[in-house]
Order: sequence, then structure tokens, then C-alpha cells
Amino acid sequence: MYDVVIIGAGVSGCAAARELSRYQLNICVIEKEEDVCCGTSKANSAIVHAGFDAPGGSLMAKLNVEGNERMEELSKELDVPFRRNGSLVVCLHEEELPGLKTLYERGLKNGVRNLRIIDREELKELEPNISDDAVAALYAPTAGIICPFALNLALAENAAVNGVEFWFDTEVTGFGRGEGCWNIHTSQGEFKSRYVVNAAGVYADLLHNMVSGRKLHITPRRGEYCLLDRSAAGFVTHTMFQLPGKYGKGVLVTPTVHGNILIGPTAEDLEDREGTNTTQAGIQELMKKAEATVKGIPFHEVITSFAGLRAHEDGHEFCIGEVEDAPGFIDCAGIESPGLTASPVIGSMVADIIYRLEQPRLNPDFTGSRKGILDPKTLSTEEHAALIRTNPAYGNIVCRCEMITEGEILDAVNRPLGAKSLDGVKRRTRAGMGRCQGGFCSPKVMELLAGERNIKISEITKSGGASQMIAGINKDR
Amino acid sequence: MQNYDIVIVGGGPAGLAAAIAAKEHGVESILVLERDQELGGILNQCIHNGFGLHTFEEELTGPEYAARFIERLLEAGISYKLNTMVLEISAQKVVTAMNRTEGIMQISAQAVILAMGCRERSRGALNIPGFRPAGIYSAGTAQRLVNMEGYLPGRRAVILGSGDIGLIMARRMTLEGAKVQVVAELLPYSGGLKRNIVQCLDDFGIPLKLSHTVVNIHGRKRVEGVTIARVDDNRKPVPGTEEYYECDTLLLSCGLIPENELSKGLGIEMNPVTSGPKVNESFQTSAEGVFACGNVLHVHDLVDFVSREAQAAGKYAALYVKNQAGHEEFGDIPVAAEQGVRYTVPNTVNPGRMEEALTLRFRVGDVYKNCYVAVYLNDQRICHRKKQVLAPGEMEEVVLKKEELHAVADLTQITVKLEED
Amino acid sequence: METRELICIGCPLGCPLKVKTEQGQAPEVTGNTCRRGEVYARKEVANPTRIVTSSVSVEGGRQKVVSVKTREDIPKEKIFAVIEALKGVKVQAPIQIGDVIVSNAADTGVDVVATRKCPVLNDLL
Repeated sequence: MYDVVIIGAGVSGCAAARELSRYQLNICVIEKEEDVCCGTSKANSAIVHAGFDAPGGSLMAKLNVEGNERMEELSKELDVPFRRNGSLVVCLHEEELPGLKTLYERGLKNGVRNLRIIDREELKELEPNISDDAVAALYAPTAGIICPFALNLALAENAAVNGVEFWFDTEVTGFGRGEGCWNIHTSQGEFKSRYVVNAAGVYADLLHNMVSGRKLHITPRRGEYCLLDRSAAGFVTHTMFQLPGKYGKGVLVTPTVHGNILIGPTAEDLEDREGTNTTQAGIQELMKKAEATVKGIPFHEVITSFAGLRAHEDGHEFCIGEVEDAPGFIDCAGIESPGLTASPVIGSMVADIIYRLEQPRLNPDFTGSRKGILDPKTLSTEEHAALIRTNPAYGNIVCRCEMITEGEILDAVNRPLGAKSLDGVKRRTRAGMGRCQGGFCSPKVMELLAGERNIKISEITKSGGASQMIAGINKDR
Repeated sequence: MQNYDIVIVGGGPAGLAAAIAAKEHGVESILVLERDQELGGILNQCIHNGFGLHTFEEELTGPEYAARFIERLLEAGISYKLNTMVLEISAQKVVTAMNRTEGIMQISAQAVILAMGCRERSRGALNIPGFRPAGIYSAGTAQRLVNMEGYLPGRRAVILGSGDIGLIMARRMTLEGAKVQVVAELLPYSGGLKRNIVQCLDDFGIPLKLSHTVVNIHGRKRVEGVTIARVDDNRKPVPGTEEYYECDTLLLSCGLIPENELSKGLGIEMNPVTSGPKVNESFQTSAEGVFACGNVLHVHDLVDFVSREAQAAGKYAALYVKNQAGHEEFGDIPVAAEQGVRYTVPNTVNPGRMEEALTLRFRVGDVYKNCYVAVYLNDQRICHRKKQVLAPGEMEEVVLKKEELHAVADLTQITVKLEED
Repeated sequence: METRELICIGCPLGCPLKVKTEQGQAPEVTGNTCRRGEVYARKEVANPTRIVTSSVSVEGGRQKVVSVKTREDIPKEKIFAVIEALKGVKVQAPIQIGDVIVSNAADTGVDVVATRKCPVLNDLL
């Protein structure tokens, strides 16, 4: 019997797990995929919003601004790459200036600091590649960029270190009521828990509707992106939005915390909750839209495209709280943008709800700080040389595009909640995320994974399940 | 700090030939840096035959061809380091490299030869829509798995791109137990050698669909199928021509890109057409004392030509180190690629420094039949050679003679172009 | 009389060949630029042959597999038989280029030989 079972190992679920691990509670996270950060949390804009976008007075607005404020300290505590690069909402049409003003005022009301409207001249100075049509922009210096994988992984690892159990490849199929607890039916058997936290992303409405008569509806809203190589770094330095208006909603062009340029997302409502395929139309659309904001985007530097699904709730609001007609069942649903920004506060909010109901004692062994995988590129030459002397694996480059060493990959596999698949290694280390997209390093990473996990190469998968990388050995017809 | 006269980045066919030539031209202190665990580069995974007809007048497999150069390198006593990654090259020609045993080292060089080779264009760079399951490999990665590790990436494959590696892998996969259903090629002609179409596709009844491309990838975890469609003259898919192929593997053989991250770090002037550095007749880049050869300079189809080019680069690097490069009373004459000629290597020629004869290599932008390759010195035509067929997939060459260049007063431009008559 | 059109596989040039065959006479080859083309064309119409390359597993070697080829060209219809003869073959390191891996593979009379050397695992490591 668990005190709390959290369904979903995305950023919300893991943030809740970490916050709850501050208390003496028996906690478990169950996830249908093979790893953390496999759904909405892995494919998004990777930005920390300032908080002027969400409607005044909404929970979204409140959690956004608070999340933004907390991100700096949290990223230090958890060793997650984060940078306040500032965002710009670019206005391309004189007659839409009032819209920019509205956004500015909403931002002020939401409590966004240092917000101001800048004219074309200042904008051009900040972003030399800005479109010739740009007339002004809303400048939010507090906005930032973050590695979404690193944040999700850090929260999960830290929760695990503080005693939270994780069950992967475990899909929830239904709920029953037991004595003072929920019986959670899954593909791996039954779990009993006094509290359930529903952080199931695009599936959160399905789970909610299994226990509640007050129906929730979530639409998987697809967003396609394309990513440019790090050699395009510096093309833009701020996160560039387009002011939504009668000319439509643009796409953003932003640097990532690792120096790539990210362009997207499109917005397309789907039925399919696994519809993470990209489309020709989508990629063409986002390229066209991006060019309205900045000119001369080096599209020949595109190294990959991907799509993510936002969990869009009909009311466009975060639904966080105990479900009225299902005591002990706590929703954490409708978490779409700015969900990544808000995630630290979402975690606290869920923990507070359970704290109020349960009054658990503090976990005396809780440790809030976590060190990420050591990236030798952050060391001085002398420090790196010294590291190689103690551990030669840090002198062996495996991924030549992102310059990832064997030492980092071994760490990724062997640390708490270590990587089991190529994608798992990629999200933790960036091996395979560069310009050759794993062409050179994937055979080597497969070998390292097989060796460390003591499994056959034929069992190595790209992303768990039936995603085996090889079909067999030569001549074995 | 370690010191060498010449440091060569890359121990593949280009690096090997350059090192041997530099040694033959009197430079003793040479170091080859190779990131893989052995010399020979990509040749080690090219286990098919067909290499070396020009160089050795016999047909060798890739590993055999590499072994001959490796042997000569060892005989010449040239130093090399394996498993060693070059991290940076400074303008002062200090090479920073790293490996397990020596850690991070700084190596100072009089001359540097870039011979890093190339990489394959990935699915992402091709913008193929669909899911992102396991089972999508670039042809070279599959080649490594099959030929060097003994693993079969899949059982039913579709290949996009008819470059030579794709064709070769169609045969290799078939022999090792997979069913290759089709090779689709976006262009109306194959990018590979004709003989590879015969012996890799025709021999095994594998269809080649020209003017076709992959428009969708199906399967969430592992590839379950791909949709192929015909493309129009603008290379856009034609609606209604889609065909679904059930398969568990998609191999991509859609072009190679020179790996010039180190060159860019040096601020070397690049040729946007080749994605390689611009070089003069001595294969020297815009950074003094930094030379380039092989696939890092421009993608070759035949390793024999890589070896020849690298030998020249190695020789010129040796002359540079020994301060014997020709006198410079002549300026660098630009070589223009026009009318169907996409690029030339080198990009400039100094008539003072050049040898008696200089091979100018180039590629054309389309398939041309019964036309003439013309070379002009200013507006004087010095070469007019009939060609039955010219294709983008096959590198061409013309030879410039020193005496011809010296004979033209006020030479300001060399032009290579195609003419109809 | 019969005329067949072929692409020469003798070298990367890929010459388009025409072979005229008349009963009781030697075939007449045109379109070739060198002697190799003529040899290829005659063989291709009478008894087509190919070099087969593959790889076999190695035990105790620095590499997991070693590349191999038929020392000479073998009848085209025997390609898969030769591959079958290599199935399950494991060789012991060290291996030198030219070492016979399977002799008289699939009764072709042709040996399969190594095309790459493979040192013993712990040498130089």
C-alpha cells in the first residue's frame, strides 16, 4: 500500500513526486513509457515564459509568474541548464500596436517584472535579423530558456534519491475503490494507494473520467518544430514570438540553452493521443511563419524535426486539485504551455493539497540538491585533463557532433533512473542529438548500453517497447 | 606542448596518402591523428570490391586498399595516434586533441592538413515527415553495423537515395538476409555509379524508382512501413501517386556533407557549393599553412582520386614547411565554374606555384549528353573536349598546363564551362 | 543472331556494351573502352560471374567480424550458396589478409579469403 501513487513521469508528475518526497510518505510514480520525460514534457518549446500571456487572475498566470521566479534557484539546486535570455513579442503591423499594449498591461497585472515595450530601433539592436516589418516589441527580460529533459530528469532523479519508487512500462487501465484506498489497475498488476495524482498529460482526462462524473475533456494539440544545428547559434539570442492578431498566430524562433535554434510550434487539434508524427504541411507552415519574424533563417541547418502534443483542456486552464466526487484523487490536468515554467509550483501545489489532507511528518533524510551528469566542456582544460587521469572514459569522445564522452554516457546509464535506451542516453547526455543525428555514435552507444546493462545488442531499443535497433545477426535468415 | 612539422587530422584514405607523400618529400616530423580505433577510416567498412583500379591496377576491397596505405605509412615510420579526437585548431596552428591515455594535448605544427572526411545527410536534414521510430538508418551507419559488427539492422528494407553507399547496402542487406523492396531516388537519375546499379540492384531484382521520394514514415516504435510518391519536375510529391511499402527499415543514402566544424572554427573561407574549404592549386586553404584534401574538401566518388588529391596536398604541405613553395610573382588566378559546372577544386591557381600540369576537378549540375567541356584562360579557349555523358554523380577533371597559363599575358580568370558545340 | 546491351562493371566508368552473338562464332563486343569490357561481356553472356564479399565472426580478435571475399569471381547463380557456406563460420584471431577462411566455397573451386587483418584482442591494447 502506497500513500501516494503519481501517474505520469513527465515534468508535472516528477515535480509533484519530488515535493512530496520532502515528507514521510510512501510514494510511487507509474509511467506507461520506459523512461521519464517521454510525452509532452519532451517535445515543447523549452522556454520559461515571463507570464504575460495567461489571462489575468487565472491559475495559469499565477503559476507561470511564480514558476518563472523559482526557476533560477531550482535550476541551481538541481543542476539544470537554464538561462534568462529574455523574450520579445514582435509586432509586425502598425495597427496592431494596441494589442501589444494590451499584452503589456496584462503582464503588469500578472506581476511580470521589468516588462517594457521597445521601438524598432532598440529591437533591431537586440536582434539584428529582425524582419523589416517589425515596428515594436514587448520585451520581457525575465523570460528564459531551459533544457526540458534535464529539468524533468533532475526532478525525477532527486525524487528517487529521496525514496520515491518508479515503475516504468506500467500503463493504468482502470480504478477501483478499496478500503480507504484506490485500487489502480495497470498492465503490471494492481497498485493500492491512499492518494492518486493524475499527471497523465494528454491522457489525464481519460483517467479523470474513470473516477468522476464531472467530465473533463483534453484535446491533444499537435505542435511541430524544427531544430537548427548549433552552427546557427547567435542567429537570434532572445525568444522571439509574434504578436497574435488578425494575421494569425505566429511561431516562435528561439535559441535553446545548448545553442541550437528552435522554430515552432504549429497548432493542430488531433484525436490521436500518440500522434507525434510530423507532416510536410506542418513543417512548411512553420518555416513560412518563422520568416515573418526574422529574415534569412538558415533552414539548410535544420538537423531534425519533431512534434509534441499539448494537453489542451477545453477551458484552457490548469486543473489542479482534489476531484470533488473522487476523494483522494488529485488532478494535475490540462497542463499545457506554460506548464514547463509552472512545473515547480505545480509540484508544490500538489504536495500542499496532500499535506493539508494528511499532515505528514517531514522526511528528515530529504536532500534537495542534485548534481547532473558532469559535462567536461564546462571544465577548464586542466580540470578536464585531471578528470581523464582519474577516469579515462572522459577522454574518449563517443558523439563527435555534440562532443559527448564515454564518461558521460556511462554516468547516464548508471545513475539513479539511468538510461535504458538510445533515446534515454540522448535525453540525458545529448549524444545523438547533433548534426549527424546519431549516425556515427549510435553503434557505439548501443555497445556501451549492452555492456553496462549486461544485455544483448538485439535487446537494445531506441525508446523501449518494440523499438529494437537491430533485427538479428548476419545470415541468420 | 608537442611539436611536429605537419599534423594531419584524420587517418582515412586522404590522411594516409597525404602523410606518405609529405614524408616522401622530405618532411620527417609528421603526426596523423585518428579518432577511430584504427587507421583506414571509412574504407574499413567498405568491404565490397572495386577500389584501387587506378592506383594499383587491380580491384581491391576497401580494407585491402586501406591496408596498402597503412603498410606504407608504417614502413615510412610516420607517427600516429588512434582514438584521438581533435577538439580545436588555433590560428597559430596549435592543435588541441584528446584521448584516454594522454588526456588533453597541445600539438604545435608548421602545417596542418585537414582530412576529416564527411558525414551522411540525416533524416532530419532531409525533412522527411512522419514518426520517429527505430529502424531509420543512414546507409553508412547500417554499413558499419552489418560489415563491422555483424548485425542486421532489419529484415525488410526500403532505401531512399541511390548514392553508391545506398546501392552497395541494398546488395549487402540482401546477401545477409534482408529483403530490399525498392530503392527510391528523388532525382530523375541515379546518384551512384552505373556498375553499382547493375551488380547491386539488377543482379537481385531490386527495383529502382527514379523521381520518387519517401513522403511518410509509419510506426511509432519500429518502422512499420513507408509511403513513397512520385515527384514532379520541381521535386514536389504528386498527390495520388502514393504507394505504401511494408518494411521495418528505411535506409537513407541522400548525400554526404564534408565535416568542416574544425575548419569553421579556424575561420577558413568556405565554398558554399561543396561545403568544403576554398583552396588554391596547392590545396592550401585561406588559413596559411592549413591544407585540405579528400572528402572534407569535396565529396569524391572514387577513393583513387582521394588518394591522388591527398598526395598532392601532402607534397605541397611539405614544400610549404621546407619553404620551397614556388615564387609568388604571379597572383592567384580565380577559377570560375560556369554554364553547368557547379564548382571546381581548386578555386584559385597561382601560375608561379603550380606544377607543370595541374588537375582541375569539377562536377556538373545536371545530366548532359553530347556536350563539350571547355576551359578558357581569360577569353581564350584552350580546351574543348567532347563528352558523351556528364552526370552530377561523377566527378570530372581537366588538366591545366603551366606553359599554357604562362603564355597568356595579364591572365585574370580561368573559366570551366559546358558548351553545346 | 542476338544482341544484348550491358553495362560494364569492370571499372567505375560503366561503359555501355553491345554484344552480338551468333551460333558457332565468338561474340562480338562493342562499346568498351578497354580490354576489361570485352572480357566482362563475353563472360556475362555465357556464364556471368561476380566477386562475392561478406564478413564472418572472429573469436578472440580485436574486431568482432572480419571481412572476406571470394578470391576470384564465381558463377552468379552461386552467390547465395557461397553466402550460405559462410553462415555460422567462426575464425580464430589472428588473421592476415589473404588467409583462407573457407576453401572451395560451395564447390565453386574458389576460396573465400580474408580482406582485412584482425589482431588478437589483447595485442597493443
